[in-house]
This record gives sequence, structure tokens and C-alpha cells, in this order.
Amino acid sequence: MNWESWVISTLNRALAHGTPLLWGTLGEIYAERAGVVNLGVEGMMILGAVSAFTAAQFTGNPWLGILTGGVVGGMAALVHALFTVTLRANQYVSGLALTIFGLGLSGLLGARWVGVPLDNPLPKLTVPGLAQIPVLGPALFQRQSYLTYIGIFLAVVLWLVLYKSRWGISIRSVGESPATADALGVNVFLVRYLCVAFGGVLAGVAGGFLSVEYRPAWTEGMTAGMGWVVIALTIFAAWNPLRAVGGVLLFSGLYHLAYRLQGWFPPEFLKLMPYAFAILVLAIAGLRGARQLAPGALGIPYTRGEK
Amino acid sequence: MAGTNGENLAHTPATTPPMLLMQDIVKSFPGVLANDHVTFEVRAGEVHALLGEHGAGKTTLMNILYGLCRPDSGRIFIRGKEAHIRSPRDAIALGIGMVHQHFKLVYPHTVAENVALGLAGTPFFGPARVVERGLTELSQRYNLPVDPKAKVWQLSAGEQQRVEILKALYRGAEILILDEPTSVLTPQETLELFKVLERMKEEGHAVIFITHKLQEVMEVADRVTVMRQGKVVGTLPVSETDKASLARMMVGREVVFRIAKGECRPGEESLIVEDLHALNDRALPALRGVSLTVCRGEILGIAGVAGNGQRELVEVLTGLRRAQRGKVWILGQELPNRSPRRIAEAGVAHIPEERIRMGIVPGMSVEDNLILKKHHRPPFCRGPFLQLREVRRFAQRGVEEYKIMTPSPRTSAKLLSGGNIQKLILARELSGEPGLVIAAHPTYGLDVGATELIRQLLIRQRDAGVGVLLVSEDLEEIITLSDRIAVIFGGEIMGVVPAAVATREEIGLMMAGERRRVPNP
Repeated sequence: MNWESWVISTLNRALAHGTPLLWGTLGEIYAERAGVVNLGVEGMMILGAVSAFTAAQFTGNPWLGILTGGVVGGMAALVHALFTVTLRANQYVSGLALTIFGLGLSGLLGARWVGVPLDNPLPKLTVPGLAQIPVLGPALFQRQSYLTYIGIFLAVVLWLVLYKSRWGISIRSVGESPATADALGVNVFLVRYLCVAFGGVLAGVAGGFLSVEYRPAWTEGMTAGMGWVVIALTIFAAWNPLRAVGGVLLFSGLYHLAYRLQGWFPPEFLKLMPYAFAILVLAIAGLRGARQLAPGALGIPYTRGEK
Repeated sequence: MAGTNGENLAHTPATTPPMLLMQDIVKSFPGVLANDHVTFEVRAGEVHALLGEHGAGKTTLMNILYGLCRPDSGRIFIRGKEAHIRSPRDAIALGIGMVHQHFKLVYPHTVAENVALGLAGTPFFGPARVVERGLTELSQRYNLPVDPKAKVWQLSAGEQQRVEILKALYRGAEILILDEPTSVLTPQETLELFKVLERMKEEGHAVIFITHKLQEVMEVADRVTVMRQGKVVGTLPVSETDKASLARMMVGREVVFRIAKGECRPGEESLIVEDLHALNDRALPALRGVSLTVCRGEILGIAGVAGNGQRELVEVLTGLRRAQRGKVWILGQELPNRSPRRIAEAGVAHIPEERIRMGIVPGMSVEDNLILKKHHRPPFCRGPFLQLREVRRFAQRGVEEYKIMTPSPRTSAKLLSGGNIQKLILARELSGEPGLVIAAHPTYGLDVGATELIRQLLIRQRDAGVGVLLVSEDLEEIITLSDRIAVIFGGEIMGVVPAAVATREEIGLMMAGERRRVPNP
């Protein structure tokens, strides 16, 4: 067995497989940092996927497809924001409903695209020069997606904004102690709406990546539990965008290894992995006391005037 | 110097408008008229006390001023100009700052981040760094030392309050509202706060000091406005009044300050605690080797600033929290880490800190609440069935004996006032003839009448030979009721003093972490 080719292919595929997970996780981190859990990631992703495919197929422009996916994901998230921020509904119930709704609606909308390959998928990128570096070159810089690099760059920017900027202080405060933010004149509702919508846009782009680049085709239920992995990765990353990059690489690396080892495992194991991972992370987080790291007001609707 | 200054200001001709005028403010909540045509005026360079009992409408009035709620009618003038305050943002822009009783701080964040939150005019990247510089300057000017880079949860309550004041000053507050600011401070910290207020007066700020403590009004305020049941009773210079007449204005009748209390005749130990260790909710050590005894027929008061292990101590003793190690004997039985029911059945009455959350089931009727803890045994039940007639008779007696004001024993408990809820809890807890009463903040937030009644009930228990462990942050209450006072700091007992010889200074030093030098009696 050739170890070098194993390392290269694992890293290379982990980056590709991890790209939608990274985008989704970054979005969920922002929503949860503002205090809103959105379990609708799976639904927003698949709506993003089906609309991105549709737009790309009609216009012939894959980038327009990605953009459409983001917009649709953002709109789906706004529904969640309306229910949880304005109407103060239970965030978990609303998110679950969004996931189920998204899976159903996307199946309906995408029925005519089943089995139709995409004419113009997103082009792949091989970074000139860097791709020539031994091992690392083919692992990280050969035939990758633009969205992979944008995603990693985005993680750094989002980390900077969250921890070093005026907006970041507001977002984190709204998630930790909305009453404090409110008393200092921060518009808690606006911040929550924006963060939830932003999370939706990123989840939609993640879905678009699947149908316009990774596959590139539409199949019903093609997100296959990735939304749940995103929820788990958000916790695993301790709500930190930079740690999300590491978490995504770890999960996707393991996933690809399991894929390569299919001869030893029953294929169902691969399908099971996302869900098992989500449960495992929740269990470990519970033991390690993730509650202390989690935003203080996570999951709690805000009402002014309550103590 | 500051005094003369105040005198001069008091005689400023009426032509210069006051810093703040709230005129004819009316605010009603369902069932209550919280502010009934309130007119309130504050001048620059004065500390103005807003005095009243809990529920008199002080906080509502200030929440209106700070834009947290809207008045039904009435007008607000700042420096003579009418102001329309719709949100805290408007209030801040008008130079109004508020330090809430329960601090509005983001605990995992640094001091500088807390100040930078929502602050206009800072750079997009690195706002906290800019604020740090400004904070250092402000800290020196007002003598409010605090490390801008420290995380807020690591600070003491006194330091957290400084952060709140700095937050308001940084935003250019000229009118500063302090809601019950001394409730979390040691006596020494209180004196320091008063010095800061003097300094702010000199700088021309107007300070509104909300309190229900008469002593503080006399010590720090220039003028005082007294409120009762949503109305202003009067506004007058502090130099022209005294504690007794203020108390009369506040309560509406004569108030007895000292409670008659017989001599203490301690019997055998009803509670012995030895080297008790326990963790808090964050899994950090909260109790670090607490040892104490409570005898039958005595009240042992636990004094201390909030958050020094009082809650954890009460929870361990009542079975709600596990002790890591240490020994507990209650009425002769060794009972560490037993279930709350087991401990209650050994003869322990528990008057919990959060009376609505832990003391009653709010949605259940008064009579059902009264038999909780005993509902599962005769005479209240036979087999699986409740004996409703017994329940009713028992409840009727409790309601009469403890003067619980309720429309009917079947009214749901959440509709009662705080004082009556507390009476209900006492009626239930004391009905089993306990040998030990553990009371946490028994009079917190109650009006003078209910407070008196509950204190008398505790003293009656003591005189009947029951041991009482009283936890309170109200030093006045501890000194009035206790026979011995133990001071807790950082999860350790700093010392135990007989109440008869205790001084506020000595207790205050122990509350700040200084160990008592004299060996414990």
C-alpha cells in the first residue's frame, strides 16, 4: 500500500467533502453566537442545493446557481427568525420543522431534475506553483473548489469580526446576555435576525456546492445528514470559527478514510457516520461541560422587561 | 466642602431649570398602578435619594426614565427641554446612565468589551483596545480602580459595580441612576462607593440613589423623595429630616426598629457541620472546609457578600447539592448527601432563597401548597387517595394562624403577594414542629409589615428551642436577629462573633476576607 497516495487523497477529498460542512458550520456559529439555535440547517442546505441546481441549469452560470442557493437559504432562515425571534416560538421545534419542510419541498421542486446531469458545473482550481510542492501540493492545491478556499478565508474573517470588532462584541453580547445589550441600546432583534439570516445564506451556499460542484447533479435527500453534522461541529468547535476549520478537517478526514476502507466495513456504516458523530459530540460535550462554553442565552427567546 | 456646595445649589434661583424633571408620570401594570401622577425633580450636583419599600414604584419610575418602559402619560424634561425617551439608546444619548440592581454585564467578556458594547464612535476593528485607554483615565479621575482586561466573572461584586458605573460615565452620563447599589457591597465597599458619589457631585453630575435603607439616605443624600404605593409622599432636604420621620413617610405609620428578643438559652446542638466541601454550578469549589454548629434555641446568622458559598451551603444542608466531603449531623443523625425528603423528615424546615421557584408550586392552590412534603402520608392521604377534608381543615388552620391573605384556600399560590407567599411557606415548613430551621433571605423583597411578622416567627421558633440557621445579605437583619454571627467569604468561615459584641466594622472586614484573629468562642 502506498502511504503517500493515502495521505494525499485523504487530505484532498477531506477538503472537498468538508467544504459544505465548513460553510454550514460558520453560519450556524454566527446564529448560535447571537443566541438562536437553528436545527433547520439540513433543510436550508437542501433547499439551497435544489435552487442552486435549478438556477445553474437555467442560466448556464454555476456562480449564479451558488448565489441563488445562498439567497434561498437566507430566506428559509428568515422564516426561522420570524418564528423564534419575533414570535418567540421554541427554537428547536421551529428548526426541526424547517428541516422536514425543506426536505419535502426540495423533493417536490427537484423531481424533474432527477437523473439530469448539470451542463456547467463549477470549474475546479489548481493553484499554479503551489500545486508543484511534493505531497502538500497535490493534497491541498490540486483540483480544489474556489469555495473551499473562500470558506477558509471566510473562517479567518469571521473569527476576526467575532472577537476583534464592534459587531463581534454586539453579537456575542446578544447571545450571552440580551438584556445587557438591550440596556446599552443594541437592537437585540435586529442582531438576531441578521445572524440567523447570515447563517441561512451560508447553509444555502453549502447546499449549492453539493449540487453544482461536488456531485454535480440533483438527487433527493442529497445532503444526507450533513446538516446534523454541522450542528455537532458547531458545538465541537466551541462556537469558534477557526476551530471549525480543524473540526471539519477531522470529521471529513475520518469520513474519507471510512470511505476508502469500505471493504472492511458494511456500506451502511458510512451512511450512519454523520448521525453517530452528532450523538458522540453531544455526549462528549455534555461530559466536558460544554454548557460553560455555550452562549449564555442560547435557545432562549428575548423579551424586554423580564428580569 | 461638598456640603457647602450642596447648600449653594439648593438656593439656586428657580430660573435655571433642573437637570431632570419628571412630571405627572402615570404607569399602570395589569392590576397595579405602579406610578400614580409622580412628579420628581433632580438638580445638578446633588445626590437625590429615592426612598420607598419594595413595590413602591421606584424602579418603575427609573425604568421609564431609562427607556425600558413607556409611561401611560406624563412628561420628562432634561435641562428644561422636553425629552421623548423610547429606548435605552435615547436615554444614553440624553446623558442618562443606569446601574441596575442586578448588574447588566456580559460575564464571560472583559471589562473593556463590556464598556465597548453598543458604544458609538469606536473603530470597527479593535474597539476594546481604544476603550482600555479611556477607561484608565476615567478610573483615575473618579477613583474607580479596575483592570480593563479582566474578565467580568472574575471580579468581585464591588468591582463589577465599578464597571457598571464606568460604563455609564464612559458614555458621558450626567444623570446616573443607582438601583439599590449597596445590596451587594460590604460596609467598607459601601463607604468607598459613597466617596465616589461625592466625587461625581463635585463634577456636576446628578445622582439618583434608589434605596429602602434609611441609614444610607442620611449618610449620602442631599435631598430625598419618598414614595409609597406608587405615589410621591414628599421631597425634602435630608438635613431637615431624620430616620424616624422618613420611616413614617415610607411606611405610612410608626415603625419599631428593634425587635423584642428574649435572652438566648442554647441547648444541645441541632446542626453540626465539619469540614464541608462542595462545588458550585460551574464545578468550581464553593465551600472549602466549612465548620459550624447551631444549637437548639439560638439563631446563627451567616453574613457575607452574595456568592461566597451561602447558596451552596444551604443546598448541601437541605440535600439539594452533593457534598464532596465533610460531615453533617442534623438533630443527632449523620445526614450527608441524603435526599431532601430524608432530611426534611429528620426535622429540618427549609425556607428557600427563591421563594417562587423553590418554595411553592405557583400554579397549584394555596391548600395544595400547604400540604406539600406531607401529602404522601396520613392524615392527608390514605392509600393512593388524598383525604380532601383533612387537607382543607389543615389549610384553613394554616391560613388563619399565619394570617395568609388569600381570597380562598383554593386560589392558586402565584396570585399571592410576596409576603403572603413567604407566610405560606413558613406555615408549611413550621407545621411539622422542626428541630432545625434553615432560612435563606427570608425577608428579601418584602414590605415592612411582612418582614416584621416573619422575623417574629423566626424568633418564636428559637424561643421554643429550635435551632435557626439564618442566611442573609442584609447585615441589619443578621445583627438584629442573630445570637451568633458567622461570616462566610470564598467558601470559608472567616470567624464567628457573638451578636452582642459584634461591630459592623469587624463583620465588614471579615466579609471582605479578613480572618478573625480572636479564637472563636
